[in-house]
Amino acid sequence: MTIRHHRAVGALAAASALALTLTACGSGSDGGAAAEAMSPEDISAALEEGGDLLVWAWEPTLDKVVEDFEAEYPNVDVELANVGTGNDHYVALQNAISAGSGVPDVTQMEYYALPQFSIGESLADLAPFGASELDSTYSPGPWGAVTEDDAVYGLPMDSGPMALFYNAKTFEKAGVDVPATWEEFVTAAEKLHASDPNTYITADNGDAGFATSMIWQAGGHPFEVDGTDVTVNLADDGSTKFTEMWQQMLDDDLVATVPAWTDEWFQGLGNGEIAALVTGAWMPANLESGAAPASGDWRVAPMPQWTAGAKETAENGGSALSVTEASEQKALAYGFLEYANAGDGVATRLEGGNFPATLADLTDEAFLAEESEYFGGQKINEVLSESATSVVTGWQYLPYQVYANSVFPDTVGQSYTGSTPLADGLAAWQQSIVGYGNEQGFTVGE
Amino acid sequence: MTTLASPPAVPKIQGRMRRRSRWAGWGFVGPFMAVFALVFLAPIVYSLYLSLFQTQLVGGTSFVGLDNYARALGDPQFWDGVGRVTLFLLVQVPVMLGISLLVALAIDSGRLYGRDFFRLTIFLPYAVPGVVAALMWGFMYGDRFGLVGNFNDLFGTSIPDPLASVLLLPAIGNIVTWQFVGYNMLIFYSALRVVPVSLYEAAEIDGAGPWRVISAIKVPAIRGALVVATIFSIIGSFQLFNEPSILQSLSPNYISTHYTPNLYAYSLSFSGQQYNYSATVAIIMGVLTMLVAYAVQLRGMRKEA
Repeated sequence: MTIRHHRAVGALAAASALALTLTACGSGSDGGAAAEAMSPEDISAALEEGGDLLVWAWEPTLDKVVEDFEAEYPNVDVELANVGTGNDHYVALQNAISAGSGVPDVTQMEYYALPQFSIGESLADLAPFGASELDSTYSPGPWGAVTEDDAVYGLPMDSGPMALFYNAKTFEKAGVDVPATWEEFVTAAEKLHASDPNTYITADNGDAGFATSMIWQAGGHPFEVDGTDVTVNLADDGSTKFTEMWQQMLDDDLVATVPAWTDEWFQGLGNGEIAALVTGAWMPANLESGAAPASGDWRVAPMPQWTAGAKETAENGGSALSVTEASEQKALAYGFLEYANAGDGVATRLEGGNFPATLADLTDEAFLAEESEYFGGQKINEVLSESATSVVTGWQYLPYQVYANSVFPDTVGQSYTGSTPLADGLAAWQQSIVGYGNEQGFTVGE
Repeated sequence: MTTLASPPAVPKIQGRMRRRSRWAGWGFVGPFMAVFALVFLAPIVYSLYLSLFQTQLVGGTSFVGLDNYARALGDPQFWDGVGRVTLFLLVQVPVMLGISLLVALAIDSGRLYGRDFFRLTIFLPYAVPGVVAALMWGFMYGDRFGLVGNFNDLFGTSIPDPLASVLLLPAIGNIVTWQFVGYNMLIFYSALRVVPVSLYEAAEIDGAGPWRVISAIKVPAIRGALVVATIFSIIGSFQLFNEPSILQSLSPNYISTHYTPNLYAYSLSFSGQQYNYSATVAIIMGVLTMLVAYAVQLRGMRKEA
């Protein structure tokens, strides 16, 4: 898993693809394939018959999956291409779709970006291929993110239920207990910073993914999408809960405003000066490689709660594989998807360090019992799996979240430079979102 | 007599020859024109075409005439970027060209020990790719682990993080200056090399000191080069993109998506998929740059005459 993958926030949203797109399946050059229901036998036949598949993805564990897949179906030739990570990938994909040539058959799609492409009628509905029957295969968060009403726009590949990753050594040195609620989190932040002015409980320089996930956990629904009607309210109860708490953290200088994924950030994580991160379950591999000096110091705890004793979490990051509408061999492409994300490919990817979206693996005893050396032998998957099942439902992303996140630093980011309160920053972000949406033909209300 | 009888034939032959030579000329510039049309004219025409339409995520593409232009002219984000590069231009370009001229004169004076070494080292930053240079300076500017941090630790000063304060634009100016001083120095130096030595000899006989030689002979002699370097620098300033774009990941809250007009056009098309509006911004910026560069050229020429 690469870094930018996680930075961009994904999410499991009840993906808000527009209803308009649901009727679009038949419009491709081989429209017939998508419009008629296909049986598993038809899919197997397509796999046996074979053909060439172009897959665009940056998920590194797919290399091995493709290798195994080609060994099992010798007539299929899969070309796996990494055209960029995160936004670069979407730019390339959008360009190929606009140009109408060179479009891959299968593409990786982060949960937060999926609605932007399904609404553009760029992704094929997989329900006619039997994808709807996989609903109990995946945990509800990721499944909600790839479905819209009866349409299925991809099969979940991984997920990012959130948890509190913390440096136990730093916490012990300062005599601070692991916070179970956000109130305790603020108190812990004060104590940590007081014990050593270079130590901060966490780092945040204004990250759209983090902010939306925090609002999500707090029960906010800032984005509501129904067809092309979008309602934006970044001052709802959930958003306000987040801004009030985080504003206090910023005012008292309790957050290191170090941009994520920079050298400075990794150094801070490695030397204990950034003592904790509230982020997705894909983080362990990144800590191991980026903050190696702190090996053995880090632990995982459940995400802090808004009310003591509650068990509510949100998702941050994660992606699916989707079939493009432009693909001329959707049945074959779907066969690959099923293999990679519901079949034998899943185990291969887990071995490579992926955090699963599949229920069977999330509850698998061997998976739960795995002890992580980096985390001092803690069975971290127990905590992370628990989080996956406690995700607050009903969250939706904007059908143009990729754009919205790109202007987050212009608006909310200004609150991190001290020039404006967080609530005003969110209001400015809302203004940008509403303006852009209306320009793009949506009906955006506030 | 024959000459009287045949006059009509002469123009005919000449005409044919002229016609043939006209086509021969095209043959020579043809390859250039083809490439020029492909990589220069075609993109401009396509941008102009794009700028007259609007493509929406919902609703598709429609012809909107000059709406995009009207929008750009009233877009505070666009003017914010234009204002920033203009300020950059007014401060950074004189500083950079001043240093370049000083260095060129010093090297040309013949009094410098290790002249060739000096010339090469000053030019060297230009050979560093812009992206690498911006990354390198980005690390040095760090106030925790970078050079600025070390400096603060050593001398007990408290210079704020250049990338997260009002020092940001000067910090970018510093990178650009560092990179282009050598390039401009070479332009000036080569112009100085072609000044006839006899002028210096004459000046010496007339009793002119070195400063007098500089102000009366050297600087006027390289005015053409000064104008060219100024125009290049103006274009470079208006197109400022590399440095802010690379440093953006280190300082996203200070380098907005509309920090410079080029960065704005880039963000519009690559994260907002507003290709039409992006093309409009690019065209307006191109016209603006052309106007300023042309004004400078006219002024430079007039002085020269």
